[in-house]
Amino acid sequence: MCNLTNIALSVGVNRLVPTVSVPYPLGNPLLRPEDEWALRYHRVGVALDALETEVNGQTIFPVKI
Amino acid sequence: MLKSVHYINQFFGQVGGEEMADFEPVLYEGALGCTGIFNSLAGNVEVISTIVCGDNFFASRKEEALERILSMLENVSFDFFVAGPAFNAGRYGIACGEVCRAVQERFAVPAVTSMNEENPGVQLFSKDVYIMRGGKRATFMKQDMEKLVSFSEKIALKQPVLPAVMEGYFPRGVRHEVFLEDLGMKPVMASDRAFEMLLAKLRGGVYQTELPMPALDRVPIAPAVKSLRDVRLALVTSGGIVPRNNPDRIQSCSATKWGKYDISSLASGLPAPEYKTIHAGYDPGEADRNPNVVVPLDAVRRYQSEDRLGEVDEFFYTTVGTGTTQGEAARMGREIAALLHERNIGAVLLTAT
Repeated sequence: MCNLTNIALSVGVNRLVPTVSVPYPLGNPLLRPEDEWALRYHRVGVALDALETEVNGQTIFPVKI
Repeated sequence: MLKSVHYINQFFGQVGGEEMADFEPVLYEGALGCTGIFNSLAGNVEVISTIVCGDNFFASRKEEALERILSMLENVSFDFFVAGPAFNAGRYGIACGEVCRAVQERFAVPAVTSMNEENPGVQLFSKDVYIMRGGKRATFMKQDMEKLVSFSEKIALKQPVLPAVMEGYFPRGVRHEVFLEDLGMKPVMASDRAFEMLLAKLRGGVYQTELPMPALDRVPIAPAVKSLRDVRLALVTSGGIVPRNNPDRIQSCSATKWGKYDISSLASGLPAPEYKTIHAGYDPGEADRNPNVVVPLDAVRRYQSEDRLGEVDEFFYTTVGTGTTQGEAARMGREIAALLHERNIGAVLLTAT
């Protein structure tokens, strides 16, 4: 899970979930606390799904929040 | 006269060929076998003792061989250490690399060896040990020994060491700032050098980059986990989250250390200010306010309570990924991965900042 997805791809990450930013990968101080929580819960969920998904090459898993 | 000890195998120590490859390590006084060539070429240095060890003995009983060799050297006074040349002999090259590295660490003296570029020892040890570029076969003995001697003298006399390509050793991945004058070259401004390179490139000519990019490792894709309910998940980060007092003193940048910290009793995530970030490469405000934005233990615990996840490892694993060299990062990655493997971890969630 990271924000700099191009760098992650260039160093060979195979399953990748985008995060929000460098200082708060799974948070966002601009959001209300409950929305920030929803974002983190969602993106961690995408990462868990990614771990259970077969991939044929480097794959970025899309996030909704 | 500076003194050295020389490591060679059973063949060059004149014990015998392949049939004697199980020969146990022995320390001889004075020069032996090809060591005589070294001494005949050297002016300021001299090999005073020779260690001979069979290639198979070393390969099959590495730990024992190293320990025996190191303990033999306890009572020897020497200024530097030499091994080989190993040419393209794989077992011999690896033994030379292992012994040189171990001697450097134990006795804090420099070590030098020589191998052909196809020797697997080059890949394994060129970052830790000076390895001179050598020939493929023992017919290169004299030439390789000459290079070994002249570079050994330089190292032993603590003279400044020039870049790998000028000295003839394999690059170690170490960068130094140098003035071209000090290398005996004409000073040319960096912008002019870059422009010359660009022009050469446009003309289809030859040019040599000054910053070769490291070769990238490709990691085979791990198969999907069947169900996260049946495996143990671990949390790993390069975001520098640590317990408040940073007990292992992990560096804030250019890290060489990583830590593992018990989270088994944390049922609702990482609390602040008990956990914080020591990463010097980003503004710590948000991570210090809520460390779960970097290591999302709170969300992981929620998924556990909803039975989406099975077991979560009792530790999380952490280091700082800013200014960290690729070499250090790879080493720490290997160490963490080995431990995860040992702890039977089936899946990893890694957050990078």
